[in-house]
Amino acid sequence: MRTEKLVLHFKAREGIVRAVDGVDLTVEPRRSVAVLGESGCGKSSLTKAILRLLPPNVARYGGKVLLDSDDLMRLDEETFRTQVRWQRIALVPQAAMNSLNPVTRVIEQIAEPLLEHRRATTHAEAAEQAREAFDIVHVPPDFLRRYPFELSGGMRQRVVIAMALITEPELIILDEPTSALDILTQANIMNALKGIKARVATRFMLITHDVAAASEIADSVAVMYAGQIVEQSDAAQFFAEALHPYSAFLMSSVPTLRGAKELHAIPGQPPSLLAPPQGCRFAPRCPERFDRCAHEPPPFRTACGRVAKCWLYESQRQTAHDCSAGE
Amino acid sequence: MPNDVLLQAENLQTHFELRKFGFVRAGEVRAVDGVTFHIRRGEAVAIVGESGCGKSTLARTVLGLYEPTAGSVLFDGVDMSSYDRRKLAWHRRQVGYVQQDPYAALPPFMDVRQLLREPLLVNGVRDRAEQEQRIRSRLEEIRLTPAASFLEKFPHQLSGGQQQRVVIARARILDPQLIVADEPVSMLDASVRVEVLQLLRQLQRKHRMALLYITHDLSTVRYFCERIFIMYGAKIVERGPVEAILARPEHPYTQALVDAIPDPDAANAGQYRKVPAGEPPSLLHPPEGCRFHPRCSFAIQGLCERHDPPDFETGAGRRAACWLYREAAVEHNLQR
Repeated sequence: MRTEKLVLHFKAREGIVRAVDGVDLTVEPRRSVAVLGESGCGKSSLTKAILRLLPPNVARYGGKVLLDSDDLMRLDEETFRTQVRWQRIALVPQAAMNSLNPVTRVIEQIAEPLLEHRRATTHAEAAEQAREAFDIVHVPPDFLRRYPFELSGGMRQRVVIAMALITEPELIILDEPTSALDILTQANIMNALKGIKARVATRFMLITHDVAAASEIADSVAVMYAGQIVEQSDAAQFFAEALHPYSAFLMSSVPTLRGAKELHAIPGQPPSLLAPPQGCRFAPRCPERFDRCAHEPPPFRTACGRVAKCWLYESQRQTAHDCSAGE
Repeated sequence: MPNDVLLQAENLQTHFELRKFGFVRAGEVRAVDGVTFHIRRGEAVAIVGESGCGKSTLARTVLGLYEPTAGSVLFDGVDMSSYDRRKLAWHRRQVGYVQQDPYAALPPFMDVRQLLREPLLVNGVRDRAEQEQRIRSRLEEIRLTPAASFLEKFPHQLSGGQQQRVVIARARILDPQLIVADEPVSMLDASVRVEVLQLLRQLQRKHRMALLYITHDLSTVRYFCERIFIMYGAKIVERGPVEAILARPEHPYTQALVDAIPDPDAANAGQYRKVPAGEPPSLLHPPEGCRFHPRCSFAIQGLCERHDPPDFETGAGRRAACWLYREAAVEHNLQR
């Protein structure tokens, strides 16, 4: 999947909120991407823009969403609903474990997308597939007949992941899949996601603010800041050394359990999406800013295939950069 | 027992009665069930545990918001159960409280000046000039400067990090000897989190305040606490100096926690994490014996499911409530 100049603006009383403002993001085949960003950077709106789950106050919606070279933006609403949503791109929403219907058994909820999208004709067939999906996320099959309140938070989260899996979509978007869970449960969910990656030909797009969680399943990392992707790098390279000054700050602000590391806070505040700064949006907080930063940098591609939206990398396009990490 | 102890909890228990229809007794939630610890003056300690382990109840008992069912808390040498109203008011001046959600902790209709003046008014600081001077100095302390520009702001006009700093200023305004911070940064973004943690640490050192930091996030602890208590199923299962515990966790539960927490590293993607099966125990019907034994891969048959392990001394300042260390404890004592 690829997005090109994806834009989603909202109308608000105070003006136009530029939540997604020209996002270029690539999810390569068989690779999972983590979209990292702090609250208010527009990462959840990015999901909405990709899945076309639009609230009524949209001011502008445009750009391209390409899935295997099909431009999804050209599809009409009905085609998009029946052929893309859940068929090709599934979503595990934020706080997903609370999104189950409390009065129906889990199995019926899992089978529903199958019947709805005519991937199964009979209930028995749907139940069989539900059992398989349960197996992939490591939930014992006798839980299928239970109601959501009979499951723990971690179990419910896995049920929702199974629901997203069941139609064998090409892409599953996970919006903060572990943020409300306990540490051991988080580790369990991450193990389940790794298991899915190994067994099923689907890709993840993980939306999170948690850098450590991102490193668990990402092959590639995209950093979002003020409605834009400021860096996209191979995970091994990213965690070895971030390119964009904002990414570097973000990495240095993460407390770690092992190894000595000094923590640094990022100076200043993230900009308002109502009136983002002219030029580079990180420039007002950036210690490395220079005259060029008054103009918006394009995304520069370095020799190792990393992308940074920062003028510092203008000259490095041609020169060989150290790509050794992780290769 | 060191003689500079500020707070001493002895076999502390806080239970909540469950009632059906408002009057039929249906059981008891043992949220804190026999906890003994102390905090020295000027010391930063952390209580780490997952949700439902009783850590917040412990904090609130120390604050005097819950009355313990059994056991005692001595603050500055005085038993809290002997407090009369005046003494309780004194206690609350000595102990500041930083809540998890700053937005919920700050009344939306009060501006920063009113928010910080309220504790002064309640505690008899009536002089306007002194109030103003204290409010401004606290705002400078938490780096909301220039103070004048923040005095008239309402909570919704501040960012999450600024709100939390105002909560800290409010907790600090009466010069407490102890600050209880219950998940003070879990609602904040990574970059702001560091700022607030560093600020708390700085204030704690500068004013020689004791700090009780309640959290589920083991990785933030080492940046500003000296000692750590690991809580599981309403009990403290392991305690000791932070670096020693993180480097070499002894209790199987602590080991599981440390194993489960990733650091940002691309190598994570290639390996599964070891996670104990099962769920934390219900505090309504906790298991017999060691509360971790149903999930523990080292459980000793015939022992762990029957007898609750006592605290075994396992090293300098370290203790673990686990039968695996009964021999290590004997050895440690012999060496001494």
